[in-house]
Amino acid sequence: MRQVYLDHIAATPLDPQVLEAMLPFLREKFGNPQSLHSAGQEALQAIEEARSRVALLIGAGDSEVFFTASGSEANNFALKGIAAARRDKGNHIVLSAIEHQSVLHSAKSLEKSGFSTTLVPVDKTASVDPDAVRQAIRKETVLVSVILASSEVGTIEPLAEIARVCRAAGVPLHTDAVAAVGNIPVDVKELGVDALSLAADQFYGPKGSGALFVKKGLRILPIIDGGIQEGGRRAGTENVAGIVGMGKAAELARASLAERQNKMKALRDRLIDRFPQKVERVYLTGHRDQRLPHQASFCVEFIEGEGMLLSLDMKGISVSSGSACTSRALKASHVLLAMGIDHALAQGSLVFGLLESTGAEDIDYLLDVLPPIIDRLRKMSPLYTKFLEESQK
Amino acid sequence: MIYTDKVMDHFQNPRNVGVIKDADGVGQVGNPVCGDMMTFYVKVKDNRLADIKFQTFGCGAAIAVSSIVSEIAMGRTLEEAMQITNEIVAEQLGGLPKNKLHCSNLGADALHAAIEDYRKKQAAEKTSAPPKAEECSCPYCDGPVEGLEGACTSCHIELEECPHCHGLTKKGEEKCTQCGADLETV
Repeated sequence: MRQVYLDHIAATPLDPQVLEAMLPFLREKFGNPQSLHSAGQEALQAIEEARSRVALLIGAGDSEVFFTASGSEANNFALKGIAAARRDKGNHIVLSAIEHQSVLHSAKSLEKSGFSTTLVPVDKTASVDPDAVRQAIRKETVLVSVILASSEVGTIEPLAEIARVCRAAGVPLHTDAVAAVGNIPVDVKELGVDALSLAADQFYGPKGSGALFVKKGLRILPIIDGGIQEGGRRAGTENVAGIVGMGKAAELARASLAERQNKMKALRDRLIDRFPQKVERVYLTGHRDQRLPHQASFCVEFIEGEGMLLSLDMKGISVSSGSACTSRALKASHVLLAMGIDHALAQGSLVFGLLESTGAEDIDYLLDVLPPIIDRLRKMSPLYTKFLEESQK
Repeated sequence: MIYTDKVMDHFQNPRNVGVIKDADGVGQVGNPVCGDMMTFYVKVKDNRLADIKFQTFGCGAAIAVSSIVSEIAMGRTLEEAMQITNEIVAEQLGGLPKNKLHCSNLGADALHAAIEDYRKKQAAEKTSAPPKAEECSCPYCDGPVEGLEGACTSCHIELEECPHCHGLTKKGEEKCTQCGADLETV
């Protein structure tokens, strides 16, 4: 059966060149970077090279990049580490309503130690209004965190404008750029951010490999104590192979970003334009143009996402959904709800994330297979029956 | 795969999907907010479920649950059907993921709601459609009355319809014997 993987949001395949770069560090080059002997120094040199490559991808200085074990850890580190370092300046944090759970829950955790949080709402395209951020900032605000692009709905936020607002207020700005880095050009200086999270598994690097950019001069306290690694900011023996893989993935992304983007955009638009033509009452979620080049997401009315996901899986197509039933917590995506999409429609969420290897024939295969699946599920749906009855009246 | 083969079979080939237009009972549980919604339709003949149809908005588990409930209950007596539990349903499907046990496993509840709806309708029919003779009986001697106007065929008292309660009362009385309304002012 034809296999079409369209769940970039969950994972990307490892680029073969990345795997090649990693293998020696899983085999013969097993040294600990903190050891003084040559085996250790070889590993140290490898992670420092990787640091430079990651720094180059995002326009940062080498010493501003700290490796973590995931994007979620980078987000935890940013929120908790910066808030703790600035505790004497205040106890208030500003976030957008569509942050990743690792940002929202870090803020919740900070609330237990006396911080309070303001969530800035988004409009129906999931865009954050920089002026709303300005209004949310108080004199005791110590950090603002706004996602660069949501993988769930694809919208790219006006981060540079938000950064101007934060700079004027003298409050550092962190951005969760996990879904963006490696897929669109991201430059920390151009954006004007003070901290930025990224993860290798979103750009053909290995899982378990993330990083946090922290602008020189911004204080941050470690959340994992007990070692001198990462300049004393993140204890624990380095995941050398993972870091090397991330470095290689960053190098490859930088080289092919423009080409990657254009190709993805064309395929994404093919899907965005044709899907609603083929099936009635299907709605694009997120911003039509200000969106990730590899992301297309929709809500299909009257049915629930998991049924579509399972049916597509049986046809060899892997996708994801923000419906309650597909989440382990059985809650509909907070991003969709924050955009004002009602619960029933949010249940029909489908999220497609295209890969570099995705072809037009894959999109066409999806567009052949999906309409009959939707039709079958709608015929089973009491909501669709009700809709048909009412439209006949 | 997160589901058993049995669940996937019922999800892919659900039994008894549809609507019964002249159903004897209809039951609905859940709502789209929590993710799952099921509607069951039943036809009852000689105290047995002669036909069952369902519609489900929800995940794969919810669809499979509805399907197997309809299969288990088909042809059973109402009493037997009322004994089907959500636990039995999950067991018959070879188990369900833990987090789906409570939200998606509503099939038995929906079926029971349809049966209860049928029973309620039956009971309502009995009380709202009493024998005709009783409705048109003389308020004085309980004898049968033909027509709303005229005299009781048994005790020959002249009767008229109270404009207030539409019951029969003695003609010329100041107050209705049935509802006590003042007949002269009505």
